[in-house]
Amino acid sequence: MLLIKGGRVIDPANNRDEIGSIVVDGDTVSGFFPAGSEPSNFDGQVIDAAGKWVVPGLVDMHVHLRDPGFEWKEDIRTGTAAAIAGGFTSVVCMANTNPVNDIPDVTRGILDRTRETGSADVFPVAAVTRGLDGKEMVNFTEMAEAGAVAFSDDGKPIENALMMRRALEYAKGFDYLILAHSEDHALCENGAANEGDTALRLGIPGIPAEAEEVAIARDILLAKLTGGRLHLQHISTRMGVGLLRMAKRSGLRVTGESAPHYFTLTDAAIEGYDTHAKMNPPLRGEDDRLAIIEGLADGTLDAIATDHAPHEDYVKRCEFINAANGIIGLQTALPLTLALVRDGKLSPPKLVALLSTNPAGILRLAGKGSLSTGADADVTLVDPDIEWNFTEEEVFSKSKNSPFLGCKMKGRAALVVRAGRVAYSKMTGVSVDV
Amino acid sequence: MTVMEWRRRHVLGLSDFSPEEMEFVVDTARSMEEVLTRDIKKVPALRGKTVVNLFFESSTRTRTSFEIAGKRLSADVVNFTSSSSSTTKGETLLDTARNIEAMKPSVLVVRHSASGAARFLSEHVGCSVINAGDGANEHPSQGLLDLYTILKAKGKIAGLKIAIVGDILHSRVVGSDLHSLGRMGAKLWLCGPATMVPKALEKSGARVTWNMREAVKDADVVMMLRIQSERTKSPWFPSIREYSRNFGLNRAIFSLAKEDAIIMHPGPINRGVELSDELADCARSAVLDQVASGVAVRMALLYLLAGGSHAAH
Repeated sequence: MLLIKGGRVIDPANNRDEIGSIVVDGDTVSGFFPAGSEPSNFDGQVIDAAGKWVVPGLVDMHVHLRDPGFEWKEDIRTGTAAAIAGGFTSVVCMANTNPVNDIPDVTRGILDRTRETGSADVFPVAAVTRGLDGKEMVNFTEMAEAGAVAFSDDGKPIENALMMRRALEYAKGFDYLILAHSEDHALCENGAANEGDTALRLGIPGIPAEAEEVAIARDILLAKLTGGRLHLQHISTRMGVGLLRMAKRSGLRVTGESAPHYFTLTDAAIEGYDTHAKMNPPLRGEDDRLAIIEGLADGTLDAIATDHAPHEDYVKRCEFINAANGIIGLQTALPLTLALVRDGKLSPPKLVALLSTNPAGILRLAGKGSLSTGADADVTLVDPDIEWNFTEEEVFSKSKNSPFLGCKMKGRAALVVRAGRVAYSKMTGVSVDV
Repeated sequence: MTVMEWRRRHVLGLSDFSPEEMEFVVDTARSMEEVLTRDIKKVPALRGKTVVNLFFESSTRTRTSFEIAGKRLSADVVNFTSSSSSTTKGETLLDTARNIEAMKPSVLVVRHSASGAARFLSEHVGCSVINAGDGANEHPSQGLLDLYTILKAKGKIAGLKIAIVGDILHSRVVGSDLHSLGRMGAKLWLCGPATMVPKALEKSGARVTWNMREAVKDADVVMMLRIQSERTKSPWFPSIREYSRNFGLNRAIFSLAKEDAIIMHPGPINRGVELSDELADCARSAVLDQVASGVAVRMALLYLLAGGSHAAH
């Protein structure tokens, strides 16, 4: 039994934002108590949450745990440790492992290792096509039965429009969700950064925003054609947000996510050939950055997901065009999103919706994303104002590839309860359950 | 002769060179060129110094030019040529550089297909680095030798109309000329197929046109760039034949330029593609002057980096 007492309970699923307490019994939430009505003579651990936000455990619907196959970059143990330290109790891992997650054994292996070494819940995404090669569909039902929660060839677009059509259409028959890495490969050519003034000046081949937008438009139209459920991953451009907005207005079953780096940084960050600012899609222009914030604020974008992409040092310590794409993001997502709250762009409940309630809803993760009675006892206590430095020592991931290293952060997870146990604590006097 | 303190350890690009600094290099090159007129074309300025030409991309003229420049100054010059970059899963650039550095060179002259490669090396080695061309970024010694060549021919830069025609987008020569010629007050016109000459380049202060006649009209200098045959693999333009028709320099187009206009080309020339055979060899061609100036400018750079921090002479 756990009483999380006197915090600001923000639970969008129950339309709640008020001071109160949450009681946890075993691995489920047993109830909410408004301020003053907490159970007296509570027989269990009491955590003083005064000054903290008490929110459902955060859900990151887009991470790369690199396990199996690239364990020197990250594995399930370190990736979930980073998740917990960032306030995430659930992570959804992409299929571009080695071997690719396109057969049930790989899915089962991920879930087995999560049970053995994981500190957060891991929900595997299966590939749409075998080997991510865009040619042959995986056995959707087998994969779902093994534990896959959605399907995506993330890391690579599904280039053939007919394959995308068939995947959306076939998946619809079982109500499966397709997550799309929408990118027109030919338009990207050999690009390594956003096509714009910075790349032009640095002599780096560009990737136009349209390479993403053309593919988003195609995928939305295929969702229209098929009636399939589509989720657009890592949207980074103004028109990308605009297309999603249009799709929603047309009543299509389309959702979308963006990542903290797209609303925090622009392609100016690649100045000096900084490979820590190299990712795909690339960091865009200021107008795109502002459009992502607008899309998050007006509900066009449903989720903030990190696209956590760990890479060892030497694949980043090289020529820009040859450097690996991606950055780690699990431990910086919350403070970077809190910055939008401080700037008045997002309300605190909106932040919680974007980082927990909505992604849990899109993926239909039972028991996640809310503090309803009977929900999983995953609770994150957020200290919105604490200042800290994001140093290498803070990083739980095996890889340290972040453009935010050395930056001052404001706000972080102060304490994380997962499955009813204290999994992470920065609070004095509260220790982690072992 | 300008006298100034030389504080640079590396020459990675001209983007942060002041006009005074560029003049200083040109002045130094002038005194180097005097050496080249002597019977014994060698001075002991860099005796005991080692210059390593680290070329990850094939280049004959730039490498030879640096090699001769180093030898004229009595440096030991070593060529390290590698056709593979780290993309081909060989040794990483950093490892290669560290290996070379362990042999204690004084100056690394680097050419690489990746923009920023020379800068990257300069951040990880202890010796001086000269960028001899990095991707589509810069080729500073070319920018300086173009400046020097035009100064010799025209006596000034400010106010000259200089047309550069070709694959502007992928040209590191333009990347440096925009700084060297642009900062000295030239009116630069960039011309080529619209696929290779983005309008956004006007933010550099240059004018962009896709019409060669407009670029060449009343120009003092017409600089033609080599068109790479690899570019036909991606659809940048329909064919070499059509390219030549629209953006090749021939007598008819060149007649639109000023009567005393000169023709430049960083080489190697594709005769009959971007430059007609007769113009390549005509009296107004400064192409070989560029090559000669190149040795002097590279001697100046090596001398300034490895020879001490004093005024030229």
